[in-house]
Amino acid sequence: MYLSGNLNTYLVVALFLLILGLYGMIQHRTFIGMLISTELILNGAGLNFMAFNRFLAPNPAVGQIFTLFIMGIAAAEAAIGVSVILAVYRRYQTSDPEKVDDLHG
Amino acid sequence: MILYQYITEALFFAFILLVFFGGLLAVRTRILMHAVLGLAVSLLGVAGLYFYLGSPFLAMMQILIYVGAVCIMIVFGIMVGYTPSQVQREGITGKNTFLAMLSSILVFLLLLVALSRTIWVPSASRIGDFTLPYLGESLLYQYCLAFELISVVLLAAIVGAIVLARGKKGEHF
Repeated sequence: MYLSGNLNTYLVVALFLLILGLYGMIQHRTFIGMLISTELILNGAGLNFMAFNRFLAPNPAVGQIFTLFIMGIAAAEAAIGVSVILAVYRRYQTSDPEKVDDLHG
Repeated sequence: MILYQYITEALFFAFILLVFFGGLLAVRTRILMHAVLGLAVSLLGVAGLYFYLGSPFLAMMQILIYVGAVCIMIVFGIMVGYTPSQVQREGITGKNTFLAMLSSILVFLLLLVALSRTIWVPSASRIGDFTLPYLGESLLYQYCLAFELISVVLLAAIVGAIVLARGKKGEHF
């Protein structure tokens, strides 16, 4: 049994990407760290789509198109995220998420 | 098993290791630049896995968009939003490490159990193929609306990013 011809291998790798992103999202105390964790999670989702596309899907173009769209969304999200970090830094003079708490009760 | 299959499997394993250790570096390091480097390495590994999933085009797009564009954008974010001392020191304060580890391990176990109990059934018949012309054709016929929508989303995001980052008139960063 080859490792690269098995659906579960890819699913476990994608699962690992998801939990790494989750871990980084909770534990990091910086905006940039959260952005990086989001990219990891999105990549796990993309890998899942490609794996199902290769092994199970009736039409092999759909998964590739979906992964392309995920990449586009991720690029848009990174652009917005970076400019939000810049705007927060300009307004609060800090890049610590804990200190941006105007709406904190 | 012939020799070239051994080499293929070894390369596959190397790509998985790239994903694992790149991801670990991305979330565990204290230095933000190293986190971006880990992210880039991890995304390169995922690009390698796309080759094995029968889509070299997606692998190239992954390298071009993620490693080439998104990582550079995050480096720009570090450049404009952080002072040099913060780049070194911030990253982990250790406050939430235990909670983060607990929740991610629980999610991991949950999904692993779900994965091991599921029996995947491949679809009975397949239409189309993995080739690039077929992909482009379905992008322009069947998924034309989604394709146009994602273009509009990207345009709006870029214009919004410029507006957000520029600030008020006459104000200098």
